[in-house]
Amino acid sequence: MAKLNLNRVEMPRQDPKARGKNFNEVALGYSLEQAKEEAGRCIQCKKRNCVTGCPVEVDIPDFIQAIREGDMPAAVRILKSKNALPGICGRVCPQESQCESTCTLAKKDAPIAIGRLERFVADWERNNMPKANSAPPAKPRPSGKKVAVVGSGPAGLTAAADLARMGHGVTIFEALHVAGGVLMYGIPEFRLPKEIVQAEVKFVASLGVKIELDSVVGKLATLDEILANGYDAVFLGTGAGLPMFLNIDGENLNGIYSANEFLTRVNLMKAYKFPEYDTPVKVGKKVAVIGGGNVAMDSARCALRLGADDVYIIYRRSEAEMPARREEVENAQEEGIQFKLLTNPKRFLGNEQNWVTGAECYEMELGEPDESGRRRPVVKKGSEFVIDVDEVIVALGTRPNPLISSTTVGLETTKYGTVVADEETGKTVKDRVWAGGDIVTGSATVISAMGAGKKAAKSIDEYLRG
Amino acid sequence: MYKILLREDLVPGIHLFKVAAPAVAAKARAGQFVVVRIDEKGERIPLTIADWDKDKGTVTIVFMEVGATTARLALLKEGDAVADFVGPLGVPAEIENYGTVVCVAGGVGTAVVAPIARALKNAGNRIFTILGTRSKDLLFWEDVLKSVSDRLIVTTDDGSYGRKGVVTEPLKELLESGEKIDRVVAIGPVVMMKFCSLTTAPSGVKTIVSLNPIMVDGTGMCGCCRVSVGGETKFACVDGPDFDGHKVDWDLLAARQRIYIEEEKCAYDEWRKSHAA
Repeated sequence: MAKLNLNRVEMPRQDPKARGKNFNEVALGYSLEQAKEEAGRCIQCKKRNCVTGCPVEVDIPDFIQAIREGDMPAAVRILKSKNALPGICGRVCPQESQCESTCTLAKKDAPIAIGRLERFVADWERNNMPKANSAPPAKPRPSGKKVAVVGSGPAGLTAAADLARMGHGVTIFEALHVAGGVLMYGIPEFRLPKEIVQAEVKFVASLGVKIELDSVVGKLATLDEILANGYDAVFLGTGAGLPMFLNIDGENLNGIYSANEFLTRVNLMKAYKFPEYDTPVKVGKKVAVIGGGNVAMDSARCALRLGADDVYIIYRRSEAEMPARREEVENAQEEGIQFKLLTNPKRFLGNEQNWVTGAECYEMELGEPDESGRRRPVVKKGSEFVIDVDEVIVALGTRPNPLISSTTVGLETTKYGTVVADEETGKTVKDRVWAGGDIVTGSATVISAMGAGKKAAKSIDEYLRG
Repeated sequence: MYKILLREDLVPGIHLFKVAAPAVAAKARAGQFVVVRIDEKGERIPLTIADWDKDKGTVTIVFMEVGATTARLALLKEGDAVADFVGPLGVPAEIENYGTVVCVAGGVGTAVVAPIARALKNAGNRIFTILGTRSKDLLFWEDVLKSVSDRLIVTTDDGSYGRKGVVTEPLKELLESGEKIDRVVAIGPVVMMKFCSLTTAPSGVKTIVSLNPIMVDGTGMCGCCRVSVGGETKFACVDGPDFDGHKVDWDLLAARQRIYIEEEKCAYDEWRKSHAA
């Protein structure tokens, strides 16, 4: 057996100083040589643990083998047969806790950089096979059945792509003016270029999926009306769109944003190009971001790029408990984001014009583990101190929007507002309705939403073929 | 794209568009709004639905030029189209037979009051309407409101038409006239809605206002439009836009409407400069 190569090929990245001032992509992607070198490290295990670690079951060793052999069209074909959104997944999936964590070489701390290779294949296709996106793939035999997909985020796009490939007539209803959901409004350009999202949306459309924009289901047609009007099944993938706040004093002061609002203004509405684009966004000199997840990192790094002098992450636990991807925390640290850990806001202070001027915070310490298994943060009595800020972004997570559940008869929801659905099939208690992604799980990841979309598509197909 | 089928300039700076939007028209109800985006670079702005026609598939909006976006919108002609026209959003106005309802309309809010007054009239209410503007040349839809009102009082700030003064004066007189008033609906500028609510507070007559904070998506996603009502934070886009005027934190609403005042001025100045020629 050949000697194991434990040297992962590093991802070229923009210099931290330079990138803190632009919205261009931070990670630059492999060259063909780098991709071949990394692919060459794969030992092509008989037992394909990496595939079991992938929620959409991409045939990872096969596409890696194709890269190694320099057969890029084959790599594209293998990858896209399971994953309609590889350019997106290669950038935002937490591979370190999925396919790469189950890679045999992970035991040696040098798993194959599957995510980077996936990204390379997707980018190669976009740059070298432009016709693949314009020429629709061979159409399957139409089943004569119609499926409505509500929401065009990762769950909806995946379900729609799979259902279309199975021969069903699919229409996506999207509330916003572009398709992509959180991929468009939430994740910033420097982590996921919008051009790539739109190229992959176009691919899904090329499979025969119709996309109806500006369509707020529940306000226009209700779910029940959709079911009554010729659709045989519905997949709900509306995500968790309702921002959570701290519910503390001063939270409605001017200059305090939900992360959803801040990121929507910046990413979806392109406020970073104001006044060329009409939507403005306020950028303070001293910005506090409350929370420790990926959305908090994204918000902090956007604020920095928009010209803030000091950007703080205020998080009530310690770095070890942060839910953000390790890579994103490191990126943020490199760029100069300041971490105020074991710190939690008590209230926000404002001036006479109702603008925020400070965050009064408690110091925290870690106590016994709570239900999440992480050590519970406890307030240190009398530890209040004030951080001067002129902008606050609250990134505490999101809940499902009640718009659909409140206008639909017979859909079961939990006390968190999530829709109850079978974990394996996505089937809800309501006849002909499936659901998946954040609307079922609460805020989670792009790939887990895609996995749910895939499972639901399979279950819907089985039902429709009865 | 959503085509503008009819354009009418109601008064200087206030325009009416009848837009082809059959799906919205099929569902629209009094008190709801749409989010409009002119083009690719445009912002999303909420505009209240002034009228709709299910059969013809049209929705009517009335807007006032107050900044760059509305000034840009005002340049569009019949046959032009807007990129996005999303709705109907928000909770419809509560319509029941309450008895006697006073509808107070201020400025461009007249267009918002009209469908609500009509729906209330159709539900069997007696409607007293107070219509206020700054001066006679800004008055529109007097005839529309007259057709759904049992009584109509017009006020102008400068006395150029109707009664000289502001809407709260006749409102106060009606409340004190011995007439049994069961409900008040007041829609117009924030300061007008605030003072109408203060006027009706002593009598305890339920007073409904329609709030217009800054919005982005209009579907509950961003929280930009949060308002404080009875000490609780609400999102005007999904919990409103109608609220109990006696419980609204008016100062907060006014302050939050000023968040982008510098940017709005900058954009409007830029726009005017580029259109000076």
